[in-house]
Amino acid sequence: MSWRVLSRLRLANSEMRYTQIRLRIADCGLRIWGNNPKSEIRNPKSTSRVVALAVACLLALAGDAWASDGAASFATVARRVQPKVVKLYGTGGFRGLESYQSGLLISSKGHVLTVWSYVLDADDVTVVLDDGRRFTAKHVAADPLSEIAVLKFDPGDEDVPYFDLSAAASAEPGARVLAFSNLFGIAAGDESVSMLHGVVSALAPLDARRGAFATNFRGEVYVVDAAANNPGAAGGALTDSQGRLLGMLGKELRSGVTGTWLNYALPVAAFAPTVDDMLAGRFTPPELTELDRPNNPLSFAALGIVLVPDVVTRTPPYIDRVIPDSPAARAGLRTDDLLITINAQVAASCRDAVKLVERLESDAEVHIAVLRNDDFLEFTLTTEAPPDARTDTTVVAEQEDE
Amino acid sequence: MNGSRTEIRFRIADCGLRIDKHNPQSAIRNPQLPLRNLLLLLVAFLATPSPAAEPDPAVLAAEAERVATVERISRPTLAIFDANGQGGGSGVIISPDGYALSNFHVTAATGPAMKCGLSDGRLVDAVLVGLDPGGDIALIKLLGHDDFPAAELGDSDSVRVGDWAYVVGNPFLLADDFKPTVTYGIISGVQRYQYPAGTLLEYADCLQTDAAINPGNSGGPLFDAAGRLIGINGRGSFEKRGRVNVGVGYAISINQIKRFVGLLKSGRIVDHASLGATMTTDPDGRVIVDDILDDSDAFRRGLRYGDELVRFGGREIGTANAFKNVLGTFPAGWRVPITFRRDGREFERRVRLTGVHREGELEALLGAEQEPPVPDRPRPDDKRPPGEPQDRTPKPGDPPKPRDDGRPARPSRTKKLPRAVRKHYEEAPGYANYWFNRYHQQRVWNAYLARGDFAETGWNWNIKAQTAAGADVLIKLNEKTGEITMPDGKSGAQFGLSLVEEQSPPRSGGLLAALHLWQRMLLFGPRRFGDVYYLGTLPWGSDDAMADCIVAIHGGVESRFHFNPNTGDLVGIEMQSADGEDPCEILFSDIREVDGRHLPHQWTIRHGDEVFAELKIKSYELASAVPAEVSK
Repeated sequence: MSWRVLSRLRLANSEMRYTQIRLRIADCGLRIWGNNPKSEIRNPKSTSRVVALAVACLLALAGDAWASDGAASFATVARRVQPKVVKLYGTGGFRGLESYQSGLLISSKGHVLTVWSYVLDADDVTVVLDDGRRFTAKHVAADPLSEIAVLKFDPGDEDVPYFDLSAAASAEPGARVLAFSNLFGIAAGDESVSMLHGVVSALAPLDARRGAFATNFRGEVYVVDAAANNPGAAGGALTDSQGRLLGMLGKELRSGVTGTWLNYALPVAAFAPTVDDMLAGRFTPPELTELDRPNNPLSFAALGIVLVPDVVTRTPPYIDRVIPDSPAARAGLRTDDLLITINAQVAASCRDAVKLVERLESDAEVHIAVLRNDDFLEFTLTTEAPPDARTDTTVVAEQEDE
Repeated sequence: MNGSRTEIRFRIADCGLRIDKHNPQSAIRNPQLPLRNLLLLLVAFLATPSPAAEPDPAVLAAEAERVATVERISRPTLAIFDANGQGGGSGVIISPDGYALSNFHVTAATGPAMKCGLSDGRLVDAVLVGLDPGGDIALIKLLGHDDFPAAELGDSDSVRVGDWAYVVGNPFLLADDFKPTVTYGIISGVQRYQYPAGTLLEYADCLQTDAAINPGNSGGPLFDAAGRLIGINGRGSFEKRGRVNVGVGYAISINQIKRFVGLLKSGRIVDHASLGATMTTDPDGRVIVDDILDDSDAFRRGLRYGDELVRFGGREIGTANAFKNVLGTFPAGWRVPITFRRDGREFERRVRLTGVHREGELEALLGAEQEPPVPDRPRPDDKRPPGEPQDRTPKPGDPPKPRDDGRPARPSRTKKLPRAVRKHYEEAPGYANYWFNRYHQQRVWNAYLARGDFAETGWNWNIKAQTAAGADVLIKLNEKTGEITMPDGKSGAQFGLSLVEEQSPPRSGGLLAALHLWQRMLLFGPRRFGDVYYLGTLPWGSDDAMADCIVAIHGGVESRFHFNPNTGDLVGIEMQSADGEDPCEILFSDIREVDGRHLPHQWTIRHGDEVFAELKIKSYELASAVPAEVSK
């Protein structure tokens, strides 16, 4: 699209039409990312999405060209925002499980908001600031429902720059956005986090329970056209073109149906009240049982796995037996394998493992990581998956073998 | 007005057509599809007569500027293929005579002969000139013309995060007519360090962009918003999302490449620099020398274990990583300013960097690594502390697979080269293309001969000079001996088969031996001197101006002859009698003509940290010539 087209577009449209188109895009986004994966749009390259994105870009660009008068340059915005995004280091480091992610400073006293993940499954998490200062952070609270966590480190006498969640902004589809995170762990020490640019493609409810990297978060998210959600990006900032916080980048999500990776951010409004409660010390994490259960919960029996008898509170989840010709047997799991993660969630005990499995739909694809002797191995178990989902599994497996 | 309105409609219609063709079922059969509504709405809304037809002039100007920039930066961009037109990547022309940059890992697959497609549709033969395997850079030369469209070089040090940037190249080898693909994005990070992939490839101080870099973009240019070349694209972070762009591409900064280009023109395989000392960041956040070689120049200039590094190569150093980052941008042999602190006192020195690899080592590694190393996963022994960069799965945006097994085809140097290339290619150990070394030796020497031919003077020279204090100095040279008379005494030297022991006069580092080698070069020229090669261009002299450097080895010592590339004059000699010793350096200036020959009338002789002597030359008495008194 040339600038000429853009300018005409902008000139031709009246305020009412503008709104209409936005609604349409949101609508479109809803259908694509909405909770009916078996709807008419199966093709990952669905042209309608391409058109929707193109239109979104178009409007954003047209809008920006006008709005840019007197606006701060991206370079200025970068320098203002980067110091408020931190690099986090915790557990992980195995194949496909990075030991780093990103976080947002949300108070001058060292509160860090991030995405709850296995990286935080450590007593201490290392926080590295934009200027290279390094701190150890303690857990304040975590909410498995919205999958956010707040950590705290002690910056000493010096205040740190932070995002004021109560002053956060919001954006409509078509708005130009910037994504700040330590994706791929590129920045180290006193290096600043990376900055990507893009456009809000849609505001749509997230329903990703059945994906490869499932999340509990339900509610509207910003879908963006920048490759914002790479490894390590979770917990980073999505801002508008002026550097005002719009949301927090979520963890990696890949559609089990289309195989596409989702680039998205949780809007501030979705978690700000929870964070307030956490900071005020009045937050009680909901039990896993409070989460709405799947229609047909999966079980270890259905997978063909018998765990060792659950004798103590934290019985290590060893596999006692694998039923022949079961999904587990076909995948290659064996007796004495120690379960480490189920769909990237840490299974610390037999009890944990059972809960994690029960939260999955009976036809879900299950990624199980185990420790066998000294080897860390990963397996993908499928029960009665539709043929196209199976193809996706193969693709994943091939890539990981590279 | 009407014209452009029609164009819009046409585009939309076109778009609709394509959609129908692409996915007839979804687009036509399903009336619920939002796409339909969207399109209808768009068409309706575009067809409505617009109330105000004149767009904002600022937008039109911005549009026109961008179109002009894209046009301008497309012209020097190359699509590179091997001699059979297969495989390949991208490149960019940097001078009208056809020198162009690409990635080492692109030319590793094409071999010494390649074909380059220009945006105007021409396909031109090109030859490999020089290689920087560590920095993943190859210099090539397009043949047959001297009016190629060259890119304007920018300043990568002034690039900021958030700046707009263009990536131009030939991703997925899309362009049949060689018109490059342009992607647009922002700079996501600067001064990034990417750990070596395998043992060689290291991206130090590189630029990170979210403009799409895909397979086939390798070796192509990264331009700033004004269309100035700021980097060469070559790498991306991909991991589990497959080998396509995920918003993270890296470009080797042009300021690093600028230092290497003059050396790459020599046809050599050029090594990166080592300081001979390593750094660590201590708990207080200071960068401390934690190891140093006692035969390094850094040690001789006074750097010691435990010293704090403050500045290096013109940049403040805050972490050990930052030091590595800056160091990685320098070629072997470069002199770099360094500031270090000990007991609260700061010392400023200039340190000569050595190579990372020993002689022949780089070439051997290269042979073993004909295919660019692209480890997919962090090495299992990779146990860096948190916060240190991970060795994350760098997969260069290397050329699309020319063979089914995904490995680039091995270059076959024995295969017959195209005729145009054969005339500019010569294989030799240690060289990417020896033809260019020979060419530049001759170029430099012919330029010098135009300033004076000494072949007929013979070995017997008497040179009268004065020290800065006004004392007389007499230098007598002949084929076998040399003698210098200075206010504090007389020294002599014998020029036998070995010059290694000839260090006289004391504290000069071997001035007489250096003068003997000077004579030898002037009388014999590089062809008869002995073991000689062209090193390339390096900064020389008090103003650090770039000078052509010819390295000559005789009598067991290495001497370097520096020539002013503009005048052709010899502006300095360095002679290093042994590794780990400071050289005797003679800076020549005040060059004036004496009997048809240009000779220096001011010599500054340095050794280590000391100036041995500043000599003002009164007369040159070259045996066959009548003594020439220096006129006022």
